[in-house]
Amino acid sequence: MTTESVSKQSLLTPFNIIAGLILLMGAALTVWRFGWGIGAVTNLDNNNPWGIWIGFDLLCGVALAAGGYVTSSAVYLFGMKKHHAAVRPAILTAFLGYLFVVVALQYDLGRPWRLPYPFVVQSGTTSMLFEVGLCVALYLTVLFLEFSVAPLEWLGKKKLRKLIHGMTIVLTIFGVVLSTLHQSSLGALYIIAPAKLHPLWYSSYLPTFFFVSSAAAGMSMVMLEGWISHKPMHKVMSDDYLGQSDDLYYGFAKGASWVLMGYFFIKVIGIASDNEWHLLNTGWGQWFLVELLGFVLLPSFLYAIGAREKNLKLIKWTALLTVLGIVLNRLNVSLIAFNWHLPSEMRYVPSWQEVGVTIFVVTMIVISFKIISSKTPIFYEHPDYKDEH
Amino acid sequence: MVQSIYTLQDFLLATKGWVYLLMGASLVVFVAYWKFLFSRDKD
Amino acid sequence: MKRRNFLGLMGAAGVSAALPTKAQAGGNVHFEGYPGSKGVLFDANRCIGCRKCEIGCNEVNNLPQPEKPFTDLSVTETTRRTENEAYTVVNKYETSGGPVFRKIQCMHCLEPSCASACFVAAFSKQPSGAVVYDESVCVGCRYCMIACPFEIPTYTYNDPITPKVIKCDLCDANINAGKISVPGCVNKCPKEALVYGERDELIKIARNRLEANPEKYIDHIYGENEVGGTSWLFISGVPFSEIGLREDLGTVSGPELNSGALSVVAMVPALWPLLLAGVYGITKRTDKINTKEKADAVAKAIAETQDKASEDMKAAMERARNDKEATVKREVTKALKEAEEAAAAGDGEKEEEGA
Repeated sequence: MTTESVSKQSLLTPFNIIAGLILLMGAALTVWRFGWGIGAVTNLDNNNPWGIWIGFDLLCGVALAAGGYVTSSAVYLFGMKKHHAAVRPAILTAFLGYLFVVVALQYDLGRPWRLPYPFVVQSGTTSMLFEVGLCVALYLTVLFLEFSVAPLEWLGKKKLRKLIHGMTIVLTIFGVVLSTLHQSSLGALYIIAPAKLHPLWYSSYLPTFFFVSSAAAGMSMVMLEGWISHKPMHKVMSDDYLGQSDDLYYGFAKGASWVLMGYFFIKVIGIASDNEWHLLNTGWGQWFLVELLGFVLLPSFLYAIGAREKNLKLIKWTALLTVLGIVLNRLNVSLIAFNWHLPSEMRYVPSWQEVGVTIFVVTMIVISFKIISSKTPIFYEHPDYKDEH
Repeated sequence: MVQSIYTLQDFLLATKGWVYLLMGASLVVFVAYWKFLFSRDKD
Repeated sequence: MKRRNFLGLMGAAGVSAALPTKAQAGGNVHFEGYPGSKGVLFDANRCIGCRKCEIGCNEVNNLPQPEKPFTDLSVTETTRRTENEAYTVVNKYETSGGPVFRKIQCMHCLEPSCASACFVAAFSKQPSGAVVYDESVCVGCRYCMIACPFEIPTYTYNDPITPKVIKCDLCDANINAGKISVPGCVNKCPKEALVYGERDELIKIARNRLEANPEKYIDHIYGENEVGGTSWLFISGVPFSEIGLREDLGTVSGPELNSGALSVVAMVPALWPLLLAGVYGITKRTDKINTKEKADAVAKAIAETQDKASEDMKAAMERARNDKEATVKREVTKALKEAEEAAAAGDGEKEEEGA
């Protein structure tokens, strides 16, 4: 076997082929979207101005990228130093998550080149979207700085790396502040539309719901991402990382269980405050209970059992369940329970192109993650900087 | 300036502008103030 | 004309005389809106569904002719909504009181949700009463469409380069330019189902009609308080929900809804660093104390071990010395004994050897 055929063989893995095809499809859809307009590639209309690009790419994307602030605050602010190896993968996931949320946004905005306008031309400060935009932009900067330490180590830029590393605590605190702000204001986006969101999901507590659930989502995504990347990235994972891995699952399972239980209670309090018990008896009520019991209360218990019994398998599957639950909640708020009052022929269903762009964006995240974590000190420590936690 | 505010919307537009600036200032001041409070504590 | 001028003067006098009261603390602010702000009263009892208002709007805004001509009244049988090229439409509703027609268009809310939602402040309520849209700053996020409780704004989705939001502007641009003096739709109505004037006046007119013919009207002016009040007002002989006007929108405006959420948000950047830095400080201090205690414990253990070691050593040496002494003693005793025995044996051989 010649070296040529070996390298060709290693490039054409199933993952690479599928990823490559998706990238091609994505490129084509991009041309289509920008050449012919949003209407040509989406099922959006005047009654349904927001579809899965907002409901999934934006809302779910941001919620699932919450692992960054949760992990860094747990390790650097709440003293859980033994999980320090989990910080960099979490920050990388978060950074890529937010970065590609902004990428996905370019497709949905009518005039994406005007995205800086709210900050440099005219500020609609009353808008929750202003809040979201500002805090996401700032947080993306924070994440970029936190993430940059790894490539800087790889590039050997010691002084710059030292400077940024010294800002860790400040960046972490800013990260939590900014995350609280934008996670909650994503929920607050819907405060202005009580007439369009089903009362079981509409609440003046929407911001709190979104923020609290983002913490559970973040922890679950860190666990899920660890699970998924374990085999493919194994060879770059340090003994430190691998050694801390189990503990991380037990720790985060307990944390997520706790948060989910709190989230369950505040949702029920929301129902009570608005006196909506009778709504639980309807079709929508059943659906609400599926979300609340099956995807919030159940994973809370499963996480607790998994942590107590030290059952890693249970914990990992529960992480998946929780993530799906958060996705379900965001989709309910933005697409399913939104416009619930409209007749079915006026309801929105995503077009295949919208789904295609979403898959394209997710694929780009996965590819970036793979490349960056295999080349820079994410899952291992750079020998020059071994001491620092 | 007071005369041009007839609607709640205009009122909020104006006040929230200041609130955002204050939010940003509080974050900056926090960092500086922390340094000030703890700068003599280095062992 | 004359009435308008008079009202305008009154308005101006009112402005200078009645400066808005300073906002009270705690969010108890109350705003009356621009004095002399205009609106339109629609009387569902008078509308015959002729669609001439649609023609008026179409002409004033230079819109293209629709597929089915305006004279085709059967169009009203399909429930339509506003479209990119139809800023207003008239629908026919089969109600409990027979067929009733209703015109749909932007409600020009007193506290517009679209203005509150827009993150580039592209919408603004004008002193004239119109809620107008500024295309030059619009980013195309379409949040205004989410926010509008009346489902009014439309978007030119098929325009890839210059898409924009579209809705009725109460002919504000044209009236300001002096081209017309009343909105195009109002101008064309043959039955005075539409009346243009100051909102306060319109409410009085509506009240009079309701009082004069209570059996012909539902006792409610739709838009008086809905979502904080709208400039487009409706009176009707049948329940409003039967002519497509939602009665579950409440009286709280978009800006008010947003205001609540925003005020909580503002506390976060001031309070979170407080809490988090506090937690960090406490954790660090606890760490430091723990580290110190650990170090102390280690030092103590080392000291103890050293002490014990030296004691053990002493004891061992003591033992060794004792052992050595004992051994020496033993050897000496043995030697002496041997010597004695040897001497005793030697004595037997030679009587006396030296005394």
